[in-house]
Amino acid sequence: MTKFQITDPRGLLLRPTRRAVLQGAGALVGAAALGGVGAGPAYSQENVLNVLTWPGHGDPAFVKPFEDQYGVKVVAKEYVGGEPMLALMNQSPPGSFDVVLADAEYIGMLQEGGFIDEMNPADYPLADYWPEFQKFPLHWKEDKLYSVMIRFGYLGLAYRTDVLTEEDVKSYKALWSEKAKGKVGFFDWYLPTMGCLSLGNGNKSPFDIDEAAFETLKETLFSLRPQASGFYSMADQFAMLTNGTAGVIPGVGDWVVLLLQKEGVPVSAAVPDEGGIQWTESMSIVSSSAKKDLAKQFIQYASSPEGQFRSARLPAYWASIPNKKGWEKMIAEAPEDAAKLRHTFDARNVMDEYKDGKISIRQTPVQQDIETWNDAWSEFKAM
Amino acid sequence: MTDRSARRERAGRIRFAVALGAPTLLWQVAFFVVPMGFLVAMTFWSVRNFRLQPDFTLANWATILSAGFFRSAYVYTFAMSAMAALAVSLAAFPVAYALAFKAGTRLRLLLAACLVVPFFTSFPVRIYSMQIFFSPNGLINTVLAGLGLSPIAVLNTPAGTFVGFLTLTAPLVVLLQTFALAAVDRQLIEAAHNLRCGWMRTILSVIVPSARVGLVVAGALAFVLAFGDYISPQFLGGSNPPTLSILIADQVKSGNHWPRASVVAVVMIATLTLVLGALLRFAYGGQGKA
Repeated sequence: MTKFQITDPRGLLLRPTRRAVLQGAGALVGAAALGGVGAGPAYSQENVLNVLTWPGHGDPAFVKPFEDQYGVKVVAKEYVGGEPMLALMNQSPPGSFDVVLADAEYIGMLQEGGFIDEMNPADYPLADYWPEFQKFPLHWKEDKLYSVMIRFGYLGLAYRTDVLTEEDVKSYKALWSEKAKGKVGFFDWYLPTMGCLSLGNGNKSPFDIDEAAFETLKETLFSLRPQASGFYSMADQFAMLTNGTAGVIPGVGDWVVLLLQKEGVPVSAAVPDEGGIQWTESMSIVSSSAKKDLAKQFIQYASSPEGQFRSARLPAYWASIPNKKGWEKMIAEAPEDAAKLRHTFDARNVMDEYKDGKISIRQTPVQQDIETWNDAWSEFKAM
Repeated sequence: MTDRSARRERAGRIRFAVALGAPTLLWQVAFFVVPMGFLVAMTFWSVRNFRLQPDFTLANWATILSAGFFRSAYVYTFAMSAMAALAVSLAAFPVAYALAFKAGTRLRLLLAACLVVPFFTSFPVRIYSMQIFFSPNGLINTVLAGLGLSPIAVLNTPAGTFVGFLTLTAPLVVLLQTFALAAVDRQLIEAAHNLRCGWMRTILSVIVPSARVGLVVAGALAFVLAFGDYISPQFLGGSNPPTLSILIADQVKSGNHWPRASVVAVVMIATLTLVLGALLRFAYGGQGKA
């Protein structure tokens, strides 16, 4: 009985198809129309690199040069949120994944669980990274490297410019304003939203708060309920900001608005004065992988100027990149995009907010467990 | 001798029935009874470090049943599904009536086919496309604005969920009601007319009681479908507030809490069993005595 392991109990609840649809009905329909949902069977398993990742990182726009160079196929298994990622890592048979792309706050848990390998810093172009990210604390444990940052971004407020002004979003208080009534949308994940509200409450370390501060945070969260317009999946946020159902969404940022701006939607993102939260996407080599060399080569590609340049402008959502050589390549080849991403050296750029000390790194709750925060979120939704 | 041959004939019939029914039975045992048992067992498991551990704890039941968010979601889901079943049953009746009694055979077939067409597209895609109609600057509000009327809010409200439920259930309910009404003995209706029964009274005293089983089954099916629907409350209702099916997803999404999700699922199954049992009892109740 104890040896009996469930590899994927979701089948019981009919969830996978729903989730797949949720993550992009369009993509699903497209794939189905082409006659094959999921990985193409044309590649034998030894020529496949399996990557567990947030949506969008298996896009040909990013992986094609790597696939061509090494004659392999990159197959992405997508998840939304760090906890589902941990669950997949825990439940999948060993060898299911070669590379895992995770948020920095989960790297420690992956390392402690023995899921990822130590990496040799010399294998990766860390020297080309911005100094702040060369020895990013959450990626190192006892001076050993376990993950390489590929992308990052800030979370604060994403808003429609016809609902709120730049002046309004200087504070999280804008969420309670008359203008935002019934128009506050939520990304349906407790961590970034509650983190930003915690900053709004004046907690310097938004995730490391005592019981009293947590109770206050719950009150703050619950007081937003009358303002709420809805709780959105990752993909739905784009639609809701576009059609105006959501006027402002806390706990998200550039990653949502940059693509919409390109389509002419009047949206913008801001880090309020109370501060913002940094998210990162970092790649690690999975310990049970049988293709660790290929995994290493993939991470080398992703952290190289070419990989960085392509990854920053992932069709699913854009993000900032830590490699300065990647910035240079973008400035040379796509100057407009570099300006949009604020990846320029001659004007105020994304690194300045970091230097201003406004940015806290996203973490899982420190003094409470994840369940406690998550239950508060469920309670909030059901109010 | 006649006794023996009758017995042999009976045995043969049973063998035939078993052979005919066995595949379905095996299928149900393998893919319904076994997973169902597993689901119930899992409600007693625990989760440590995002990993499921076989266990025997009542903590999941205690947590879920005492959680305010579960009770709110339960009442909301039950009320919305019941209202949807009732509304769709009432709205479908005139259509089914017209199809069963007024339309010619060819027209009836054509219209019935039209009711089947929605099932050619998957439900999530249909619901997604409806966002275009209901968004604040969508088709409906554009038309309303043109008429000088104030805009309506449907998307991300309970009204959105309700519209989704109606979309999901209406075609099926109309079809089932049509079959039920078409099977009503025409002689009863003629007799009612001959006895100078008005059309309203004919419907209420003759047609509805005769078709009761079909009408109730149609409504019950609508309730079952709405009660478990995930797509409408998520993509039209904006999870605002969440239903039980969304709660299942939420429990799994953050924390990988399959055991708690299983508790919600088991409560849903128990509820549906009770409701269906009560409705079928009501539907067939009078017939045994009559």
